[in-house]
Amino acid sequence: MIAIVDYSTGNIRSVINALGRIGAKDVVLTSDPALIASAERVILPGVGDASESMAALKASGLDECVKALKQPVLGICVGMQLMCRHSEEGDVDCMGIFDCDVRRFVPQPGLKIPHMGWNSIADLRTPLFDGIPEGAFVYYVHSYRPDLCADTICRTDHGGEFSGALSHGNFYGTQFHPEKSGSIGEIILRNFIEKAL
Amino acid sequence: MVAKRIIPCLDVKGGRTVKGINFVGLRDVGDPIELGRRYSDEGADELVFLDISATQEERGTFASLVSRIAENISIPFTVGGGISSIDDAARLLDAGADKVSVNSAAIRNPELIDSIASRYGSQFIVIAIDARQVDGRWLATTHGGTRPSDKELFSWAKEAQDRGAGELLFTSMDHDGTRAGYPLETYARLADELSIPVIASGGAGNIAHIAEVLTTGRADAALAASIFHSGEIPIPELKKELLKCKIPVRI
Repeated sequence: MIAIVDYSTGNIRSVINALGRIGAKDVVLTSDPALIASAERVILPGVGDASESMAALKASGLDECVKALKQPVLGICVGMQLMCRHSEEGDVDCMGIFDCDVRRFVPQPGLKIPHMGWNSIADLRTPLFDGIPEGAFVYYVHSYRPDLCADTICRTDHGGEFSGALSHGNFYGTQFHPEKSGSIGEIILRNFIEKAL
Repeated sequence: MVAKRIIPCLDVKGGRTVKGINFVGLRDVGDPIELGRRYSDEGADELVFLDISATQEERGTFASLVSRIAENISIPFTVGGGISSIDDAARLLDAGADKVSVNSAAIRNPELIDSIASRYGSQFIVIAIDARQVDGRWLATTHGGTRPSDKELFSWAKEAQDRGAGELLFTSMDHDGTRAGYPLETYARLADELSIPVIASGGAGNIAHIAEVLTTGRADAALAASIFHSGEIPIPELKKELLKCKIPVRI
């Protein structure tokens, strides 16, 4: 069973649709900690404001539930940011699973913020990226991004490099949206579901 | 570096695409989902579905179509046409649209941009402006270019950005359908004055026109309908040519 953590954030439907397209069975949207803990894979989605999302996660006690998980967990976009130490968006302390902070893109001439569209990923590590060529394009929509750190498993450049994805133990996170990244995104989701992570 | 985007636009009426679409080997060309998937497989970076329905009944069909599109397409898609309230936008978001584009309704009621952006985020709202030149000034029009307004292009685009629009889709009604190319200086000025991405639309007749608007015109994306639908410019070939011109595109 794949549990998608339901903490009243947007974007859940597109994740469910993407899992359906790759033939994933038994996908459950839930806020029940016991059910989440019993899943083989857990996905923490997220769209919107990091501090509001963190507050919603805490209010339902799901932050402690997520931190204690032992199976592979994938955070997507804001879901991943909540797994970092701290976010500048709303100056909020997050779960501290990944060893880095999330900061706003620094404005500079010609740099579009939000970072929106297809950008390439480099220095790919872990089986999450099995079968993905260096320089592949994935879809991003965000104004805050995680720093590079020891947990970085892919890098993207937008006015400087940041972590496009992170991993620490059984925890994984992508700043990009695999569910909107065409066939490349589908391979990444399939890797998350099928590979030994 | 963010890739320049190529965006096919499909006109939908009562759940079917209405412009002649000419994909080799595709017999039934009216199904928007099949066409969307086809464009997605060919390397389109995003899709725009424009609802040109005339009746309420057809509009209802469109909303249910959006949810089937969302289930079947793995790239971002925008829906537009007839969105005049936050409830319209909410319905389409619930159906699975990644973005909505608003045009005439935002000119009538600019606060619509603020309310959609503050509820769903700037990434969810595209401001579409159709404008034509009148005595040397670019003036926005409504209702598919048929009615003039008093909104001047550059100030209206800036206002829409400040109100929370996340992207600008600008169509020159003087160039649309001419196949003679885009107003490059106008696009370059928009890129200078705005911080949000600019999508160029209307006027392309060949690959060179698209290359120009993405370089000299500094647009972030090019949207087109008939040149893709007719099969005249296949997207894989277009992208190959753009790469030869050193324009970053996703292959």
